[in-house]
Amino acid sequence: MAIDLHTNNTGTALNKSVVTFDAPLNLACGVVLSEYELVFETYGSLNSERTNSILICHALSGDHHAAGLDANGKIGWWDHYIGPGKAIDTNHFFVVCPNNIGSCFGSSGPSTTNLETGKPWGVDFPSLEVSDWVASQKQLMEHLEIDCWSAVIGGSLGGMQAMHWAVAHPQKLKHAVVIAASLRLSAQNIAFNEIARRAIESDINFKQGNFLDYQTSPTQGLALARMIGHMTYLSNDALGQKFGRLVRSGDLDGAEKELVEFEVSSYLNYQGDKFATRFDANSYILITKMLDYFDLTQDHQNNAVDAFKQAQCKFLVVAFSSDWRFSPSCSEEITDALVSADKDVSYLRIESNQGHDAFLLPNEHYEKGLGQYLQRVTQTLIGAQS
Amino acid sequence: MIDTNRIIGDWIEPQSRILDLGCGDGSLLQDLTVRHNIHGYGLEIDPASINQCIANGINVIQHDLNTGLANFADSSFDTVLMTQTLQVLRYPHLVLDEMLRIGQQCIVTFPNFGHWRTRGFLAVKGRMPVTKQLAYQWYDTPNIHFFTYKDFEALCAERGISIVNRTFIGGRASDLGLDKIWPNLFAHTAVYHLAK
Repeated sequence: MAIDLHTNNTGTALNKSVVTFDAPLNLACGVVLSEYELVFETYGSLNSERTNSILICHALSGDHHAAGLDANGKIGWWDHYIGPGKAIDTNHFFVVCPNNIGSCFGSSGPSTTNLETGKPWGVDFPSLEVSDWVASQKQLMEHLEIDCWSAVIGGSLGGMQAMHWAVAHPQKLKHAVVIAASLRLSAQNIAFNEIARRAIESDINFKQGNFLDYQTSPTQGLALARMIGHMTYLSNDALGQKFGRLVRSGDLDGAEKELVEFEVSSYLNYQGDKFATRFDANSYILITKMLDYFDLTQDHQNNAVDAFKQAQCKFLVVAFSSDWRFSPSCSEEITDALVSADKDVSYLRIESNQGHDAFLLPNEHYEKGLGQYLQRVTQTLIGAQS
Repeated sequence: MIDTNRIIGDWIEPQSRILDLGCGDGSLLQDLTVRHNIHGYGLEIDPASINQCIANGINVIQHDLNTGLANFADSSFDTVLMTQTLQVLRYPHLVLDEMLRIGQQCIVTFPNFGHWRTRGFLAVKGRMPVTKQLAYQWYDTPNIHFFTYKDFEALCAERGISIVNRTFIGGRASDLGLDKIWPNLFAHTAVYHLAK
């Protein structure tokens, strides 16, 4: 296991590790992954009873770098909420964040080498479901000799993993924090994912997914896919406030309107291009399909109450008022099912104009609610020790 | 308030499922949990109160009561509570109907507008009453319905709601037993135990 330790100016010390599992992982699709690697970061320290750990589940495009600054000086995607004195307080908790399989930031996925062929997996990487991510996280948990998570926390696709943990491994977590998530995708959600996939597949450099063999990448298609996705993460209000009709170059009052570039266009193109350089096209297709397939209720006759009856943990459910990707009504469906299943649950509907992305951004009510919920978890930890 | 908690505690079953509409900081649910081991959920709209509930370890669901309670199934709770909230709702009568649909029984408390202080305030000063129970000016009050316990009982009769039990709280007047003799004059708070 390789470890490098950094302490940085966000105040969060991070350990980055890579672990290779040679115990076979039986995937939902029927394929057995005989060996795979997980890259993960940890923050804070595990107590002697090994009871203070929190698992962070990342979303579609996330990675293992959730907090602090990495070796390249890049800040973690959830740094605002993870660190000493922050809502997920690393003075009290040992926080674990893996990059999940099928993704493209070091853990086994389409862009890593298939040991059987000696070539990158590419399109041959097996199809994945949320249960596979949870199964691999459970192997990581066993590797870290943790018997039970204090909490499993995630936003969006991360929230779906937290719910799956609660239902599939009820003894293995005390709390599930489900943020801006849904029991399943709507037709509109699936439609947006399909448009994104078609954008990638239509790129001439996609080469039926074998682009790595040609040492190329469908960056145009991937950028377009991201631009579509990105728009669904933001609200009309937030975009209006940030950009309105501001122009970056050209003059709307002038004769040559074709020279005009709107600020919002420039922003979106930049976001798309930036994403295309860091993300793998096959991973994007794989993980958007994983989102489409997810349905917490599928093994429970489509009944969310029956599904949640399996759970033993307590829940915090959080939604954001302007999120139209997974709107508050999705979180309210989760909450209502939990109440009907007689599970302990609190639900916060945070006022925000930031859309789906709000779960990553600073917000006082959200920060306080999450922080106070986890402080309560800390108190029960201290109570259990004394 | 402590009086109310004790009365409510007498009217609920230990270990029962309880929904508290407008639960504030969750102190009533906390008290009932500690004393009667109930399994409770509170509905609340105010973010600061919600955070207090979370800090107290109370199940709290952010919900605007004026949007209805259609998300809760019929008879899904043993008791539905609502303390000092009826007068702020847009349609109190519809919420009462909903409470009785969701709960096997309901407990409601509200400020009695017939109390002598409020009557006196209006009669003598000729201005809308500002009292300890109704501590707002007319223009910024959340209390949009003013009613006496007699008005409430008339509503119950009209809607076929049966009154299982009732009690009145009258502050110092209680010591003299006045709130039992003339409740509409001496009770500042009314507590009702209702069923279908």
